[in-house]
Amino acid sequence: MTWRIQGASGAWEAVMGLEVHAQILTVSKLFSSAACAFGAEANAQVNLLDAALPGTLPVCNDHAVTQAVRTALALSATVHETSVFERKNYFYADLPLGYQISQYQQPLATEGELEVEGEDGTRRIGIERLHMEQDAGKSVHDMHDSASFVDLNRAGVPLMEIVSCPDLRGPKEAASYLRRLRALLRTLGTCDGNMNEGSLRCDINLSVRRVGDTELGTRTETKNVNSVRFVVQAIEREAARQVAVLEEGGVIVQETRLFDPNKGESRSMRSKEEAHDYRYFPDPDLLPLVLRAEWIEQQRASLPELPQARARRFEETFGLAPSAAWLLSEEPDNAEYFEALICGGRDPVRCANWLVTNLFSALNESGIEIADSPVSPDELGVLLDLVEQDKLSGRQAKEVFEEMWQGGKSATEIVKARGLEQISDADTLRAAVELALNDNPEQVEDFLSGRNEKVAGWFVGQVMKATGGKANPQLANRLVQEALAKRKS
Amino acid sequence: MHSDLSSFSATAGLQELRNGSFTPSEWLESFVARIEACGELNLYISDTTETARESATQALSRYQDKTARPLEGLPIAIKDIFCTKAIRTTAGSKFLSNFVPPYESTVTARLQEAGAIVLGKTNLDEFAMGSSTEHSAFGATHNPWSHPDKPLVPGGSSGGSAAAVAARAAPVALGTDTGGSVRQPASFCGVMGFKPTYGRLSRHGVIAYASSLDQPGIFARSLADVELLYRTAAGHDPLDSTSAVCSVDAASSPLPNLSGVKIGVPREYHTKDLDGEIESVWQQGAETLRQLGAEVEEISLPHTEAALAAYYVIAPAEASSNLARYDGVRYGLRAEGDHKSLDAMYEASRSLGFGKEVQRRILIGTYVLSAGYYDAYYNRARRVRALVAQDFAKAFERVDYVLAPATPSAAFPLGAEATADPTWMYQQDIFTVPVSLAGLPALSLPAQLNKAGLPLGLQLIAPAFGERELFAAAALFNEALDFKAVPPGLVASGANR
Repeated sequence: MTWRIQGASGAWEAVMGLEVHAQILTVSKLFSSAACAFGAEANAQVNLLDAALPGTLPVCNDHAVTQAVRTALALSATVHETSVFERKNYFYADLPLGYQISQYQQPLATEGELEVEGEDGTRRIGIERLHMEQDAGKSVHDMHDSASFVDLNRAGVPLMEIVSCPDLRGPKEAASYLRRLRALLRTLGTCDGNMNEGSLRCDINLSVRRVGDTELGTRTETKNVNSVRFVVQAIEREAARQVAVLEEGGVIVQETRLFDPNKGESRSMRSKEEAHDYRYFPDPDLLPLVLRAEWIEQQRASLPELPQARARRFEETFGLAPSAAWLLSEEPDNAEYFEALICGGRDPVRCANWLVTNLFSALNESGIEIADSPVSPDELGVLLDLVEQDKLSGRQAKEVFEEMWQGGKSATEIVKARGLEQISDADTLRAAVELALNDNPEQVEDFLSGRNEKVAGWFVGQVMKATGGKANPQLANRLVQEALAKRKS
Repeated sequence: MHSDLSSFSATAGLQELRNGSFTPSEWLESFVARIEACGELNLYISDTTETARESATQALSRYQDKTARPLEGLPIAIKDIFCTKAIRTTAGSKFLSNFVPPYESTVTARLQEAGAIVLGKTNLDEFAMGSSTEHSAFGATHNPWSHPDKPLVPGGSSGGSAAAVAARAAPVALGTDTGGSVRQPASFCGVMGFKPTYGRLSRHGVIAYASSLDQPGIFARSLADVELLYRTAAGHDPLDSTSAVCSVDAASSPLPNLSGVKIGVPREYHTKDLDGEIESVWQQGAETLRQLGAEVEEISLPHTEAALAAYYVIAPAEASSNLARYDGVRYGLRAEGDHKSLDAMYEASRSLGFGKEVQRRILIGTYVLSAGYYDAYYNRARRVRALVAQDFAKAFERVDYVLAPATPSAAFPLGAEATADPTWMYQQDIFTVPVSLAGLPALSLPAQLNKAGLPLGLQLIAPAFGERELFAAAALFNEALDFKAVPPGLVASGANR
């Protein structure tokens, strides 16, 4: 259902675009040889260029370019054979050069798209452009009461800016866009997607208009929205704020707003009038970036299977439900786990359901990544095989899994130790059924006379009780029906 | 004997060192003495005599060990815009008066790795912005050709280097040429000044003025010296993305004459400001080339006048951005005081650290790049630049070289500019700027003295990467020009040929 904001005077719709800054996964910075690992001591990863010493010159990191090109290709964008690095000029203490090297008029790639799942079902969201740029350093204002400090570790770190078209219409859609983009980047290995480390940052452009209007309203840009949850929150708040302003007869000011994750609110940072004139011009220290068409094609041909294609394959080849297929494709590690689990010929649908319902909730609860799961695909496979062979019931399997999760023991060991193995041997169970029938002639009579045919279920319960819950319930049911039917004749 | 040694050219001096006629230390001391004698000219911002003396001693051992490198023991002067490790590098600016680079520029590193010894860092217009070396935070440099009562400028921005070579306070020197900063002072000081093709010499470690134009250049009193330094310093540098990837050609081989060579003389260079004496030197130069067997014909470079305007948009635009890093946060000057904001700190430091001409060009550059003016100025200037390059490309379809004056006048008096319109000084660059915009190699050769006894220079301009052919043709031309004059007070010597 299309997302609407219900105002006092009627329904409104929101028009949104996301600008995502993704840190390119590389060893060194975009134009210098300094490292860009996360978490280093302040100013430990700074070379002469990063500190903008006189006479130093930028040299482009080829690997960063390759990474950005692969990302653009995965987004079905057109990668341009010639793109140009420009200087975006502004003064700030954490911008040593006094300009950021970015791409402006001739970006690396344009016209891509990404399929999302949101309020309006499956839709394709356009991607206007993908370009490369340097990150700035970090100013620290709270370490001293009269001095500020600057950490240049991030200065010059390579980023991809991925700008969507204003195609998004709802918070779910926006959340899906961000989630799927992140999955894509992680699958490509071009960005680690760690939003809490700042590797992936998101700004939201949003305007509202009355349902049916075709003209766009004035937009605001909300910066620093750094989790999927905050994206939903920021959109809901900002859309509601704009509707309230407009309904009260006010106007939306074109401005940049800063999202505060602690309060879940945004506040105005600067208006259009205060906006910088960045005086972009081509960086004379760098030649235009020229890529050979055949090289671009080589990159395209060597792309890995992307999450959406994988989800489609899981649906089509294995018959998974779309939601399960996506959950297992989203993260490369999920897919790897799933494919390892089914590789012994196990039923993909059952395996998928088990992962989605049991393994993922266990991972969520303990807050660990699937790659660090204490239960490996092989170990889980043994457990699922026991279920498949009717040696364990579903409920028993869950109990065994919980113990496996604590670590150390295999499924077979736990089953043995707990004496849990399900009784699926027909002769053993038939004996238990006969015993139950013989012990309860009254109930047998109720069944035979037709007074109460539901009593069959009661007998299954008796068999379960007699076997300490180990009887295979389906088999027990069948044998009870058979035994009663025999007495009837 | 020592004072005579300063008259040796680099090539001749190195030969004597190899022969053992004198030692590197003796040669060095002759320049140390000259630097001291020329103190009033204010040639150097910093001298490095002590380390140079140590290097000279080591150079002698290398000669004795027979491990001497090609430039072993050659003293060189370096424009104070090349970063030199552990040697203060100021760019002629108060802002960098305390800046000691932790690294060495590629060009100075290559020369030193070949055995050259740094004499010191020469004076310049602040951040290479100027044509007189008066815009230096360390005082003006005087032209060694000045009359004692009437000091003249050495030209600029590499005025210290040009004057040092002319005054024999160095055998050779490095400069940088953005719009003529090597060729114009060479002409004013009666020495050779060479600007290679853009990209031939690495800009890594050269403090930037206008990155798309800046190119290291060489001052010498002999053409062999120019070629020697050029060939030692040139070649691809992975640290400079604009460094040309093509390899440096083999040394030039002598030509018997210039028959079959075509020389173009641009019609548009007969400007109204062109000094009559220079006009005639130019004509005589053309005649000399004819006598050497060359064909001389008139060519057209129709965008010459627009080139100057384009240059004074593009260069300040790039400078406004290149100089943004001087904010007093990490190095250089920071104005003292209790600044109310970061912007206030920038403003105070930059106002204090930058001289007037630098501030003027930053303002111009900021203006031409700002929203609303960008297309009218910066973009239009870039289009003009492309047309200027096209002018030369068309000319070089017909001719092999272009012959032009280096400057519209001889060296002008110190302080003349202060009373003139700033655009008057910009006009000084009319013959050098188009070559810079097109990125071409050009050599300024001293040709004659004018009636006032001041040197006048001519430029020989070649197609891009045509250095080897340029040197071969210039060798014959230079020999025929036979410029032997030396500044007053110096004795002409055969040793500098």
